[in-house]
Amino acid sequence: MSSLSLAVRDSSTMLRRNLLHARRYPSLTLNLLLTPIMLLLLFVYIFGDAMSAGIGGGDRSDYIAYLVPGLLLMTIGSTTIGTAVSVSNDMTEGIIARFRTMAVHRGSVLIGHVIGSVLQSVLSVVLVGAVGVAIGFRSTGATALEWLAAFGLVTLFALSLTWIAVGMGLVSPSAEAASNNAMPLIFLPLISSTFVPVDSMPGWFQPIAEYQPFTPTIETLRGLLLGTGIGHNGWLALAWCAALTALGYFWSTSRFNRDPE
Amino acid sequence: MTGPAIAANSLRKSYGDKTVLDGIDLTVPEGTIFSLLGPNGAGKTTAVKILSTLISPDRSSGPVHVGGHDLATHPQAVRAAIGVTGQFSAVDGLITGEENMLLMADLHHLSRREGRRVAAELLERFDLVDAAKKPASTYSGGMKRRLDIAMTLVGDPRIIFLDEPTTGLDPRSRHTMWGIIRELVSDGVTVFLTTQYLEEADELADRIAVLHDGVIAAEGTAQELKRIVPGGHVRLRFTDPAAYRSAASALSEAVRDEEALALQLPSDGSQRALRSVLDRLDSSGIEAGELTVHTPDLDDVFFALTGGADVPTQPAQPAQPKENVR
Repeated sequence: MSSLSLAVRDSSTMLRRNLLHARRYPSLTLNLLLTPIMLLLLFVYIFGDAMSAGIGGGDRSDYIAYLVPGLLLMTIGSTTIGTAVSVSNDMTEGIIARFRTMAVHRGSVLIGHVIGSVLQSVLSVVLVGAVGVAIGFRSTGATALEWLAAFGLVTLFALSLTWIAVGMGLVSPSAEAASNNAMPLIFLPLISSTFVPVDSMPGWFQPIAEYQPFTPTIETLRGLLLGTGIGHNGWLALAWCAALTALGYFWSTSRFNRDPE
Repeated sequence: MTGPAIAANSLRKSYGDKTVLDGIDLTVPEGTIFSLLGPNGAGKTTAVKILSTLISPDRSSGPVHVGGHDLATHPQAVRAAIGVTGQFSAVDGLITGEENMLLMADLHHLSRREGRRVAAELLERFDLVDAAKKPASTYSGGMKRRLDIAMTLVGDPRIIFLDEPTTGLDPRSRHTMWGIIRELVSDGVTVFLTTQYLEEADELADRIAVLHDGVIAAEGTAQELKRIVPGGHVRLRFTDPAAYRSAASALSEAVRDEEALALQLPSDGSQRALRSVLDRLDSSGIEAGELTVHTPDLDDVFFALTGGADVPTQPAQPAQPKENVR
């Protein structure tokens, strides 16, 4: 068997294993979904009118349109915390040592985790998106191509955060530590342009909100779904995704290939 | 395969300034059971981890060949030849026993049909059919260990590493495990076994190496190792003090134990030696209350080699040398 087909075959076996875990024990993923859904409902139904006025809009439906793209990406951040936890859990299991002593493709364990997690992220985004649509989010102006691009962006962003989360899971000695180490993934969207535009924030804080992966990606997704201006944010978002994917990939694989303790 | 199944020269491993393995040589012929015996912390698990490609040895180590393949340059070829059951259970607790087996079949690239057949066969052989549909995390210790070995066997490995396969098992599960290990070797498989139970090495192994403080303190068959320590004897105990006294004068070379009314005679425990003792008692018309033969066992060897400082835990048998009542 060639090394590529070996990689594909073993990775898909590992993927099946991870999906089986996710299907058998969905509570972790579902719990992580609650955060973005609750924030969505809270900010629309409780703070909606004030928030809408704050962004210079009319009623709360304007704010729904503003909020949903950011929360979709926050959903990815939230789901990947689950990735960090499950990778960390997995590494403490003897089965990983068994995989290491078998003639399986070296990277398949991590690739299985990554693909499984990206699929879960995308599914979670679809679920949160459905809640958004149910409470009045509409993206009628977008063309099919823009929809496709939005989907691609979500997948790419999920891929990049997942590789980072896998690295966080690998360096964490326990599930609790993994959950703590992965906090930035849910914290960063809170200080991005998810809830309010960056230029409405205090001047000293604006760079923090601006120069992080969530803000340009959110602005790009908004542009694709709502037809607002994207500008240089599209390239910035792609650059962030590429950089985080590369960083997460090299971090994770070098960590995984080390002798286990 | 030509040559031994496992051959390692001056295997070394240290963590910082702590030396775990200080240059051990191992040769395991094909189709035999080799046991690495030692107390906790002797370096047994480290040796298994290195030989099974899980961790790398120090650079100062000599060449290591497993299944004829160089460990350093062809680790994947080594992995294809071996099966490993580690000290800590290497089953996926979140999925069922059957799913664990099918996972192994997939990773060995068996066809779906072949995988199902092998999984069903091994589940049957290891008495796990009833539990096959339950999550492995709900299994008892013995069941987990059986599933673990069943998973190891999916790829039909020719060399199997078993790291303390019976530690923590109850006596019945332990005997089941011994049966399983014997069966493996009858199929021509080579088994590398680590244990802290002397009895287990004695039961199973063709050759035994005693690992102590990172070096091999002794190596040989159980018989050869036992020859290292002298001290076989026959012990005669009497209920009647008069009989004791007349026996003591008849067997003048015996070591006396007045308190217990017992005599101890050096002996190799052979039939001839025993008969001579019995003949001498008979000719004096003395009947002993109890006769026990003590042959040196691996406990004695172990204590002799390791200075008795590191007494291995022996829940299954008394720490004192065993007396075989005949």
